[in-house]
Amino acid sequence: MKIIKEAIAGTLESSDLLVKVAPSHDDTLEIILSSEVIKQFGQQIRRVVDETLQRLGVTAGSIIIEDKGALDCAIRARVQTAVLRGAACTDLNWEHLS
Amino acid sequence: MKLRRSMLFLPGANAAMLSTAFVYKPDSIMFDLEDAVSLREKDSARLLVFHALQNPVYREIETVVRINPLNTPYGLKDLEAVVRAGVDVVRLPKTDKPEDVHELETQVERIERECGREVGSTRLMAAIESAIGVVNAYAIATSSKRMIGIALAGFDYCVDMQTERGDGTELFYARCAVLHAARAAGIDAFDVVYSDVNDEEGFLKEVDLIRRLGYTGKSLINPRQIELLHNAYAPTDEDVDYARRVIAAAEAAERDGLGVIALNGKMIDAPIVNQAQRTLQRAQASGTRK
Repeated sequence: MKIIKEAIAGTLESSDLLVKVAPSHDDTLEIILSSEVIKQFGQQIRRVVDETLQRLGVTAGSIIIEDKGALDCAIRARVQTAVLRGAACTDLNWEHLS
Repeated sequence: MKLRRSMLFLPGANAAMLSTAFVYKPDSIMFDLEDAVSLREKDSARLLVFHALQNPVYREIETVVRINPLNTPYGLKDLEAVVRAGVDVVRLPKTDKPEDVHELETQVERIERECGREVGSTRLMAAIESAIGVVNAYAIATSSKRMIGIALAGFDYCVDMQTERGDGTELFYARCAVLHAARAAGIDAFDVVYSDVNDEEGFLKEVDLIRRLGYTGKSLINPRQIELLHNAYAPTDEDVDYARRVIAAAEAAERDGLGVIALNGKMIDAPIVNQAQRTLQRAQASGTRK
């Protein structure tokens, strides 16, 4: 899935996260993660983000995440929403979203 | 005994509430994708609910999702998400006629087959929100074997009736009609939300009314209302004591081969024995009133 425009999903409320995506200028994938619980759960959050992007087939783009202590299910949902919006994709493949 | 006293509404787009609502222990949690979600967040709410439904914290609680009507651009997408995610019950809003449920059921069955979910495992309920819906309540209630209940939605109903929410007089006929339709169909009936969360006295007065009418439970918009509702629905210690004596008298009559059951000089018939059994089951499931 190719990110073709800037998009945003989520909020900065507690237990949520804000995800901003943008097209890549040099065809690379850059992920910037900040979190209130980065010391305890940074690796876990990063793993969920990586896995979610991989299942969506995202190989290039800028992904900026500000986490406010969200559960894995919220992280998956917000990353997927931002990417789908950024890719202007409305035809969902539920197998890739599970 | 499956209790459905409390059905807690949660806005589908609110990640914090979706992540924590299970701790309040309502009988059912209803993720809302319809009125509580703005048009621009329909896509994000759908994915949030899709993943929340698969979260292990919701394994032990009945999950319900109010989808958007199927005649909107969102309804079918909502349905695709929630059936695949394993929702227990789909709540259809603005149900006017049995054909609305038939259409929903056709789509649910298709999705179940496509995703490998057991056909028939997704249960349905319908919200009745109009005069024509109330008139068709029994036909709606009996429209599918998947139906677990029907709910009255007060605000839209009052708009359709050209009246407004007040002391309950405006809902008098609809409450009775929806309840009778549900009971005649052998399914549950759910009352309207009580929107003033700070008016505890008014809430309890309404709960007392619907409990005495025979409603299974009520849709709720605030976790603070759960304990109040559960307590009001619990039998009293006196109810339980009386029920035990009724059951004991019935067992004694059966043991002695008597056709007539008597307790304290009064005749007890089968409906009273059945009622006593329900009281004891309810006490076992929910405790007694505090």
